Amino acid sequence: MMGKMKLLETGFLTSVQDKGRYGYAKYGVPKSGAMDQRSFQLANLLLGNGENDACLEWIFKGPTLQFDTETVVVLTGAEVDAFLNGVVVKMFTPLLLAKGDVLEINSCKKNVCGYVGIENGFSTKVIMNSRSFFKPITGSSSLQVGDEIEYKKGVNFKSKYASISMPLDKKNIVELDVYKGVEFDQLSKENQLNIFSSSFTISNRMNRMAIQLEEKVFNDASSILSAPVLPGTVQLTPAGDLIVLMRDCQTTGGYPRVLQLAESAINKIAQIRRGGKCRFRLIEW
Amino acid sequence: MKTELQYKRYSEKSILIEWPPKIDENSLRKILLVKKSVEKFYGKLIVEVVSTYNSLLIYYVSTIEDFYSEVLNLKSLCNAKFGDVLVKNKLWKIPVCYASSLAMDLDVFVRDKNLSIDEVIALHTSSIYTIYFMGFLPGFLYLGGLHEKLFCDRKITPSPKIEKGAVAIGGNQTGIYPVESPGGWHVIGRCPVDFFDPNKEDCCFVNPGDRIQFISISEKKYNEISSLFFHGLYTPEFVFE
Repeated sequence: MMGKMKLLETGFLTSVQDKGRYGYAKYGVPKSGAMDQRSFQLANLLLGNGENDACLEWIFKGPTLQFDTETVVVLTGAEVDAFLNGVVVKMFTPLLLAKGDVLEINSCKKNVCGYVGIENGFSTKVIMNSRSFFKPITGSSSLQVGDEIEYKKGVNFKSKYASISMPLDKKNIVELDVYKGVEFDQLSKENQLNIFSSSFTISNRMNRMAIQLEEKVFNDASSILSAPVLPGTVQLTPAGDLIVLMRDCQTTGGYPRVLQLAESAINKIAQIRRGGKCRFRLIEW
Repeated sequence: MKTELQYKRYSEKSILIEWPPKIDENSLRKILLVKKSVEKFYGKLIVEVVSTYNSLLIYYVSTIEDFYSEVLNLKSLCNAKFGDVLVKNKLWKIPVCYASSLAMDLDVFVRDKNLSIDEVIALHTSSIYTIYFMGFLPGFLYLGGLHEKLFCDRKITPSPKIEKGAVAIGGNQTGIYPVESPGGWHVIGRCPVDFFDPNKEDCCFVNPGDRIQFISISEKKYNEISSLFFHGLYTPEFVFE
């Protein structure tokens, strides 16, 4: 039995995402997938779902959703006020919904990316092993008002769900664990030290493909023949801009790859707003 | 002489093998052979192997625990004698309509290069291009072999919209836009065949190592092939090399 969820309001850049599209980079297909994989995983864990079950992802402003069957959903990711039929609900706590219930999610107070997990996951079409929205593959990059998405109706309501509370991250500067990138050694020693002793600001040039940092860095590495890149690769452009590649990034690139973010750091930077600060911390293999 | 390869840890789950930084067909053949044997050796332990001009990125299913023992494995795969492995590559004949009505930059390109449209067509269709790899956009082919008379710096300001099928030149490269996209290359023709279809089992009909040659067609023929291709009734011709 399938249930349907309808978007009464879209929120901003609301899309279906899962772990991503693996195995197609050789055709130039990006990995895509939830920007903050940790919050995505948490949603599925709290619901007892499979690890690749699809969730909704929204950016800055959440959608308003109506469900036409009973089901269980959970909110994770960016800190936000949400209301079930007008009554405040908690994040990180599975919510039992009845037929016709309306879940309204506000603009987030902190962070960037929010997730709505649902029991058994959303059942949009799987294309190239993934449900993650990416326009050239799935035909659209975000959902529109009135769109309906199916989900497998909860067949195994559990009598008890875990819920958690997330301690607020009070740090003003987010520390990002990074490894040396392939071309890191082309930078002068001075420049290398500078990268690790400076803090960087998230600019307004940010999307699912990449996040550009505000501060410029001296570039003493030369361009390379187009070569593989991954989410988390930090490129240094000839103009001295640092570009952190994110989930929808291209599969190859020609700028020097100076750093590689650890998986945990990709999830962290995905949640930093424009104007937010970060610092790189070098970790060795 | 033996080529010095570099083995580098790229991320938690991936290792990069680098050949000397140059674009040549011998490296391409070697890299594609190593790619095949890595895929065969590791099977389901790896997600994928991505090749470019001088690199192979091996992406594992789980975090690599012992980098050095993986490098030993990879070294022995790279150093294996491949002998005279017979690789069957295809030469594809790809129809392209070089008409100003279908190619927004053709007139300007011709003027800037001080060539006639016929000369541009003759130069662009006389080369046989080698497919090195795919990247940039799903189904975008990195092709080698553009005639140097057609080299042309990328546009200073990229065009906001380049149509699917646009055949274009950027710097010393030529390529076909497989999906609609912004882009800084000069569009000189239009191809009626899709190079990428995410809903097909075989989403891209060509492979790295294959070659392509462009065949000039009229606008009438372009429309004919477009319609046939749309209905699944047209496949580009090829010969085995």
